[in-house]
Amino acid sequence: MTPGSRLAAGTPVRVRSGDPRTHCRTPHYLRGKCGIVVRALGDYPNPEELAYHRPGMPALALYQVEFDSAQVWGDRLREAPYRIVADIFEHWLEPAGAAG
Amino acid sequence: MSTHGGHGHGHGQGPGDHGEHDRGEHDHSEHDRGEHNHEHPHAPIDDLAGYRPESLLLEQALRELLIEHGVLTASDIQRQIDQTESRTPVLGAQIVARAWRDDAFRHALLDEAKPALGTAFALDLANTPELTVLENTAQVHHVVCCTLCSCYPRNILGIPPAWYKSREYRSRVVIEPRAVLREFGTDLPPEREIRVVDSTADMRYLVIPLRPAGTEGWDEARLAALVTRDSMIGVAQVLPPA
Repeated sequence: MTPGSRLAAGTPVRVRSGDPRTHCRTPHYLRGKCGIVVRALGDYPNPEELAYHRPGMPALALYQVEFDSAQVWGDRLREAPYRIVADIFEHWLEPAGAAG
Repeated sequence: MSTHGGHGHGHGQGPGDHGEHDRGEHDHSEHDRGEHNHEHPHAPIDDLAGYRPESLLLEQALRELLIEHGVLTASDIQRQIDQTESRTPVLGAQIVARAWRDDAFRHALLDEAKPALGTAFALDLANTPELTVLENTAQVHHVVCCTLCSCYPRNILGIPPAWYKSREYRSRVVIEPRAVLREFGTDLPPEREIRVVDSTADMRYLVIPLRPAGTEGWDEARLAALVTRDSMIGVAQVLPPA
């Protein structure tokens, strides 16, 4: 998503699949997975900058994103379906399209 | 539950928050028995035997430098530790009890937690992490974790339990939540939807558990006494009164 854009609740998104050699707050198990924006949580300094004692500005939008367990785990799913909610910064999200 | 491997990285925590480092968890029970007479050939007891991570040395070096340069005093640090350790789940239980009794407060809390708490409990939450309150209902059950480290609503619940920081809880609850909940004695009906909330960033989460039957008309103090820490993390339910 372009910085500064605002994602509405219900927007389908995909978490980027990058693997930067840096501190970040995007869990590996959600990378590349599709979810739905639940709500925007406000703007926060970029933790990937804060970790290296930089100011982390401009602040980035943080989104609460909900995932289906089947989408996240595929064949590895061991239980009846449930949902996972995680907070993902905007630069880790990309449009997933209606099929997401 | 295993308690090893719970090394958090101190995300968003203040100085002197030693709880993050899990130190001193070595079990001393074998040395606490009355028959322990000092004729022993064992080595001196060392709390940190086999566990002296660089982070601990770094913390010590940084602390000593800050004190030496007059940025902080040892008593500042001690005061912060005291403050951190004095927070207990009692406050959380009071919040839950009020939310159960007062619909307007509950709605305000679910809508925007910090302003609602600031008004109702005269709490100064200005310099604490953001907080979202989630409500467990007959339809949906929330359980909170932090798969990346140990993010936890410390300002409301105090220091997180060791299992919350354990690798086992953090890795399992997102892939088999029903199995993990059953190990905590929480057997939910199959139709109850589960939402596992992974606090990955700046937001902390507090759960309002489902109010148990048989508590109609109870006052706030009586209700609060039923509310456990684990029910506010979402691994347990509040049991009906016996």
